[in-house]
Order: sequence, then structure tokens, then C-alpha cells
Amino acid sequence: MAMALDSALPVGRSLRLRLDRDELIKRGLMVVIALYLVVGLAAPLAIMLSKSFSTYSFNLANFEFQVSDKDGNWGQPVTAAALNEKLDAVPPAKLATNSDGRLQATSFFPDFSFRSPVKYKIRGTTSDATYLVGLKPQTGTEWQELTSNDFRRVMLRPSRALGLENYAAYFSTPTLFRSIENSVFIALVSTIITVGLAFGFAYALNRSCMRFKGVFKLVAMVPILVPSLLPGIALIYLFGNQGMLKDLLMGASIYGPLGIVVGSIFFAFPHAMIIISTALAISDQRHYEAAASLRASRWRTFWTVTIPGARYGLISAAFVVFTLVITDFGLPKVIGGQYNVLAVDIYKQVIGQQNFEMGAVVSVILLVPAIAAFIVDRMVTKKQVALLSARSVPYQPKPNRGFDTLCLAWCSLIAVFILGIMATSQFAALVKLWPYDLSLGLKHFAFDRMDGGGWGSYYNSIRLAALTAVIGTVIIFVGAYMVEKTDGFRAGRTAFQFLAMLPMAVPGMVLGLAYIFFFNDPANPLHAIYGTMTILVVCTITHFYTVGHLTALTALKQIDQEFEPVAASLKQPFYKLFARVTVPVCLPAILDISIYIFVNAMTTVSAVVFLYSKDTTLASVAVLNMDDAGDVAPAAAMAMMIFYTNAAARLIHLFLSRVLIKRTQAWRMR
Amino acid sequence: MNQKKTCALAAFATMLMSSAAWAETELTVYTAIEAEDLKRYAETFNQDHPDIKLNFIRDSTGVITAKLLAEKDNPQADVVWGLAATSLLVLKSEGMLEAYAPKGADQLKPNFVDSDNPPSWVGMDAWAASICFNTIEGQKLGLTAPKSWKDLTKPEYKGHVVMPNPASSGTGYLDVSSWLQLFGDKDGWTYMDGLHQNVAAYTHSGSKPCKMAAAGETVIGISFEFRAAKSKAEGAPIDIIIPEEGIGWDMEASAIVAGTSKEEAAKTLLDWSVSKKANEMYNVGYAVVAMPGVAKPVEHLPADIEARMIKNDFEWAANNRNAILEEWTKRYDSKSEPKS
Repeated sequence: MAMALDSALPVGRSLRLRLDRDELIKRGLMVVIALYLVVGLAAPLAIMLSKSFSTYSFNLANFEFQVSDKDGNWGQPVTAAALNEKLDAVPPAKLATNSDGRLQATSFFPDFSFRSPVKYKIRGTTSDATYLVGLKPQTGTEWQELTSNDFRRVMLRPSRALGLENYAAYFSTPTLFRSIENSVFIALVSTIITVGLAFGFAYALNRSCMRFKGVFKLVAMVPILVPSLLPGIALIYLFGNQGMLKDLLMGASIYGPLGIVVGSIFFAFPHAMIIISTALAISDQRHYEAAASLRASRWRTFWTVTIPGARYGLISAAFVVFTLVITDFGLPKVIGGQYNVLAVDIYKQVIGQQNFEMGAVVSVILLVPAIAAFIVDRMVTKKQVALLSARSVPYQPKPNRGFDTLCLAWCSLIAVFILGIMATSQFAALVKLWPYDLSLGLKHFAFDRMDGGGWGSYYNSIRLAALTAVIGTVIIFVGAYMVEKTDGFRAGRTAFQFLAMLPMAVPGMVLGLAYIFFFNDPANPLHAIYGTMTILVVCTITHFYTVGHLTALTALKQIDQEFEPVAASLKQPFYKLFARVTVPVCLPAILDISIYIFVNAMTTVSAVVFLYSKDTTLASVAVLNMDDAGDVAPAAAMAMMIFYTNAAARLIHLFLSRVLIKRTQAWRMR
Repeated sequence: MNQKKTCALAAFATMLMSSAAWAETELTVYTAIEAEDLKRYAETFNQDHPDIKLNFIRDSTGVITAKLLAEKDNPQADVVWGLAATSLLVLKSEGMLEAYAPKGADQLKPNFVDSDNPPSWVGMDAWAASICFNTIEGQKLGLTAPKSWKDLTKPEYKGHVVMPNPASSGTGYLDVSSWLQLFGDKDGWTYMDGLHQNVAAYTHSGSKPCKMAAAGETVIGISFEFRAAKSKAEGAPIDIIIPEEGIGWDMEASAIVAGTSKEEAAKTLLDWSVSKKANEMYNVGYAVVAMPGVAKPVEHLPADIEARMIKNDFEWAANNRNAILEEWTKRYDSKSEPKS
């Protein structure tokens, strides 16, 4: 029958989706935003990767010497390589070096004496072989004659090549290698504790009838509003050598892993709490009713219903915390003491030793755990969505005095920890000269007397945060819209999704360093933005792109796909639909994205620490620099300024949301 | 946008220059001078040369050096004014400095001028290593103040010494290179092995150890004299100790960046930077300046500080920096505290 039909009908034209103007504009916009992500993310990362393979070593065949006897008769020219083969003066392992490597030429002449009348000649055998005479660089194949006194000042310089030597050097330097172990250890310990604490907290919020839930929710969000350096500073005031509660540590030092872990718990806590709370909030009442009718004990119900139901949330929270902690730079810098971690190593290599290549190597290594954690997290989150079904009944907690009191105690403990850190920091900002003069004053708010850019950096930070919030929200939301509402063009959309998810896996330090390599190359036409506010805005938007993108996607998915065809059939261009329907409907999400970016732009240190210039110093970097210079109290003061600003921004956001939601979201109410 | 504007302005300025003899020039100056001094320096310079506008890019020594090196193939700076001489030597060996003998450079102390002719850099003022000792905390713990570098290895100071990490701080490297020059290669490392036993922390910046001592966070901070005097003036209970073996030092120096399009203005700034007026200006914070006979004693600092400075071989320190830091990192940086 089918055969007959087939033969009866003529073969039709192959179907091709015709692109109308709207579709073209949409794809065009998508490509533009994708290009932005390529320039702001993919290209810099690629350049950084290549930089990590750029190696320096002494190529001894590049240098040729001639030595005279006492009477000035010249001997045969001989290359450094030949001399080294004969003498074995410099073992091959010592030939690998970095860009600042120097090798004294006299090491090839064991009987060298700077007093002898013997004369020396040196030349390069290739035109780019470089050596120093008294620190002056010389190149070229011309012979240069030197007295023995000058010859002792001759230093050979390394030549550049591509290879894996940097990685070999990294893994054979125990100090650097050890940082991997330290970083992973810190991240693991912090993750376990933070997730445990946050689970209890979220459990209490969702499953108990304790009082003050609103207050606890508010307190738990406070750490998001401050730079990660702040808990470090507060911990020094609490547990440092002059700390108020130093005796509690019983001789242990807060500088090192202990301080990093406690501080990490502080700043990672809200992130874990939000994720776990969401996971607990969607659990199904029917499961608990089933457990109750099967007479399962509370304990059994907890392990067989609650934990499995929240497991994706727990795993996701664990990976988010792990990534946050392992990539954080501010906290270990302030309180890490001699405990080396990867993120600080990058800073030390680049700023301390100007060893950009090794900085790139550490960055690539730091990318590995971050990307691994990210991939697992993505896999897990996908499954989480599948848990929800249309028939789910939200869980309703019942009062239980003993349990509620326990929950209250648990949450109070954590709230005291968070508020204690904040109060200490505020105290540190006001005390005149800790611990010798405890009178209070505003002296430390006179930032203009300090390193770090003074009040100017505070205003710069606000400018950066406002710019990134506005521009970033537009870019992110438009990008998400184009990806969600474009038909076909599968390959392009998948590529875009990948680009949009990538920033989550890239630590700020790595992004910042990649930006130096990419934008500071004079051959790059975008070089002009280096050292301006623009590069900071680009970097910050890129750094926080993913969360905004995901928020926007979630909101867009709530809008029925029917709107587009309907608009099209009414001959309405898509931008009208976008402005009249999509944006108003998604307004709460749009506001969430902008406040998220604003708050993060105020607190971020890691990416921008490589990129700010004299005119664009930032408050968060000023905190770092003032602490670095030993001005801890002003650093605390500036950190508190960031907190106040973010808290104010949050309040305005809350108010705006209320008003706008009333005006635009009335349709949600029945 | 801004840069474009500057570029246009600069082009405009050069155009004017060719026709008129006088026009305002803008110089991009990279510097590590303390923020609070910078404004005063610029104002004093503009009293004599109102036609040259100085645009400063200021940051810590490490950051500025990293920035200059990163911009090696496309320098953005015209002049470096106030950067550690050891950093300038790194730039010199990259061929980034334009040799120029400023008018009056022959009036300066010879060790403050690059030995090449013409010199690639000229010094401004010096800062020297010194120890900050917190008297209150010292008394509490029953510690006597150290008199010499060697004293710092005494077991009684265990866990009470903080010094800058030479791999990230110029002051830290100045200490290490001076000990190696003072005690010799072998004894120098033995000394540091002993010192390492007492060190509680190696900080990233050179001023932090003294500020930590000032706040009682440590008893002994190895830092530099300029910072120490400032902390003491602010009321910190510290004694400033100049170790008797002699102290390592570095200087702030200036140079013209090779390839600048504003050579005339750059030379004017360098000429002025070695003048008597400039040296008097440096003397406000720094006890030792490049021009002989200018320096007046700085409060809280001994008058003979210059005599206590060692004969520092900057070329040796620059050439061996890489090897010394590698050795130092291998020996001491892997020290990690016991896991909690």
C-alpha cells in the first residue's frame, strides 16, 4: 500500500525553511553576541593557552667565542655548545629557564680571571641571539671584542621556543606542585562543612515552623554583598596574634588553612544555601504521606525520602562551593600565610616575578578542577529539572516544638557567625590603632591618604557596577532571547550555549591574565581599550555571564512558544513582541540579573586585579592593596563601604521589583 | 575612547610644536612613588615647567615592572620616574631604556648614576632595610631588641619575625641579596636557613612587616626605614633598628623609555629630576638623596643612615635575581603550616 502511494505521488521539492527578515535579524543579533563572547572569552583563553607553551632556554649553539693568548693572538672560534660538551659546565636541566634567564659566559671558561690580559670575542651565530654586556642587550653576528674585565659582565640570554618545558618545570618544582594539593584540600574541607551547614539551614527554613525565617533568609544573604577579603580581615581581628578571641584557638594559627576554610565557609555559604533550599522546596508532599502510611520513622524518612529528593541540589551545591573556593584569590591572599594555593600562585608569578609564562601554566592547571566541577554540575542540574512533575504537591511543614527549637538554634548559630564577622569588620574600620588605641573614629575612611586610589576607586567601582549591570543585562537577556526563540540554526545555537556556559568554569584570575595577553598585544586592533573602563566592563560582564544567562533562559522558558507564531501571523515584527510582551513578562528575572551583576561587580577582585589602571582603580582592589600594604583598618573600612553600597542597591532593587511586579505581573495573580 | 583622545591631542600638540616654539606637552609617566607624595612632586615640577603635563600611572613596584615588561613591544610610557633601580636594570637588559645623561647628573653621588656612559638611569633617593621592633609586645614576651641581622636567628625570636617574600617584594629581594653580599654565598644561605626557623610569615609587600609590628601582630618586622619612620610618627610603639652589619638598600630612579615620541619633554623632566630643588623635594620623606649635601635628617631616623648602607652591587643583584629567587623558593617557600 505504502509502496503504491509512493509511486503514485510525484517527488516533491525538498523543503527548506525560508528565512524571513525577523529570523535574519535574530540570527544576526545572536551572531553579534556570540562574537562578543568569542572576543571577550574564547580568544583570550586561547592566547593564554598558547602562552603557557612558550618556553625559554639557553641555546648554546647560538653563541660563539674566541679567546686570545696573553700576546693578543686569537685562537679558533668555538661555540658555547662545543665548550659545554667538553666541560659539562652547565647540565642540560639548567639550560631551561624563564624569560628573565641569564647565564654567565665565564661559566664556559674554568680558568677565567678578570685580571688576566687575555681577551675575548663573542658573537651570535644567528641574528636574534641576545647577550648582555654590563646589562646592555646586544644582538647580531658581528664579533665583539672584550677585555677579560668586561667579559665577566657578559650574560647569555635565552631564546624562545614552543614546548611543554613550562609544565615539566611546574611539576618538578615541589613548591608550585604542592599548591595543587593545598588548593584541593582546602576546597574539599570547605565544601563538606559549608554544604553540611547550609543543608541544615535550608532544611530549617523549608521543613520547620520555626520563627524569624525572614530574618534568617536575610542574614544568610549578607556574605554575597561583601568581597571575599572581608572575612579574612575580620578573622585576623578575631583570631590573629592580637585577636579578641585568640585564646579560643588554643595556640593554633589563623594564618593558613584554618583561616582560609573558615573564611570560605562564610562567603560560600549563601550560594550553597540558595541551591539546597531550592532543591528542598520542590520536594513532593505525597512521598512523605506515603512514608507516614508505611510507618517509617522520621529518621528513615529523612534518609529515604528527603536526602534522595535533594541529592541533586546537594551535589550541585557541593560543586559550586568547590569551584568558588578553589578559584578564590582574595581570601587566601589576606589570611593564607605561608599556605600556597593555586589562585595566589598566579598572582605571585605574574606580579611578583613577572613570569607570565608560568602564570599561564598555573592558570591552565587551575582551569582543570574548575571545568571538571562545572561539567559534573551541569549534568546534575539537568536531571534536577526532571524531578518536578505536574502532579507534585508542595510539602507543608507541621509544627513540632522540639524540632523547631533545634532548627532555631542551628540557624541562630550560623547567623551569629555571619553577623559576628560583619560586626568585627565594622569595628575594625572604626578603631583608631588596634590594639593600642581603642577609641573610635572615622580616620580610616580617609582613603585618599592610602594606596589603592582613595575615594576615586570607590566611585569607579560604582560606575563599573552600574555600567556592567545595565549593559550586561541587555547583552545577556537579548542573547538568551535569541537562543531560546530562534527556530532552526541548531549548530549556531549549540555553539552559543557552549560559549554562554563557559564563563562559569573560568576562574577570575585566569580570565584577567588571559585579557592581559590578548588585549595588551599591540597587534590587536582592540588594544586601545586596554587600561580603560571599557575593558573592565567587558571583563566583568563576561565573568558573570553564565548565571545571568541561565536566569534569563529559565524566565523565557516560562513564556509559551505560541507567542511568536501568533505575532508572526498578525504580521507583527518580533521586536514589537519582545518589547511589549517578553520584556514585561520577564521583568522580575531581568531585575534579578542586573542586581546579581551589580553586586558581583562591586565585590570582584580576581579578574580585575590585572586590568585596572590609574584612572580605573576599584574599591575591591583597593581593599586588597591596602591590606597588602599593611593598612588593614582602611581595608576593612573600604570593604564595609562596598557592603553598604550593595545593601542599598539590594533595597532599591527590592522596592523596584515590588512596584514593577505590581504593574507588570498582575496576570500571574488569579 | 580616552586613549584616542590623548592620541589626537598628542598629534595636535606635535603639529603645533613644529610651527610654534612653545606648546603644552603631555608625558605619560610610570611611577611607584607613594600616592601621597605624587601630587606634591607633580606640583613642584610644574612650578618650573608649566608647559609639560605629567600623566601618572602609579602602582606598586611589582605591578609597574610587570606592566612595563608586558608592554615591551609597544611601550605606553614616555618616562619612568621613581621606580626601584633593580627594576630599571631589568628594563635595561631588555633594551627598553634610552640612554641619556641629564644636565647636572655629574653632580650626583657616583653610585646613584648608572655606570655606563651615557647612563641609562639616574637615581633620586634611597631606601634601606631596617627592623621594626614592637617594644610593648617585646616586653610582654620578655624579648630583648635585636642589634644585628645575626641576632634574628636567636631561638628566643622563634615565630616572632615577619619579613617580605623576595619573590614578590622588591624590599624582600633587597634583604636577601644584601645578606648574600654581606655574608658571602655559603654563609648567606646558612644565615637564611637559621632565620627561616624564626620567621612566622613572609608577606607579599615590603611595608607590611613593619605595619604588622606597629599593630603588634608580630614583634619584629623586617622592612625599610622610610616606612618605619612613618609608622613611628603615627604613634606606633616601635623602635627602628639599623642592624650593625650594614643594611641593604635600593634607590628610586628615573629613565627615559626607548622609543618615546616626546624626547624633548622627557629630557626636560629627567634634567629637572636631578636638580637641587628636586632632591630637596625627595628629602621630605627620604633620608638619603642622590645629591650630596642636600639631605637633612628625617625624624625618627639616625643621621648616619647613609654610612650604614652596604656597597650594593646592583648589576650582580639583577643578573643573579632569577637564580637566587629559584633557590630561595626551593628552600623556604614550600614551608607550609600543618594542616588543621
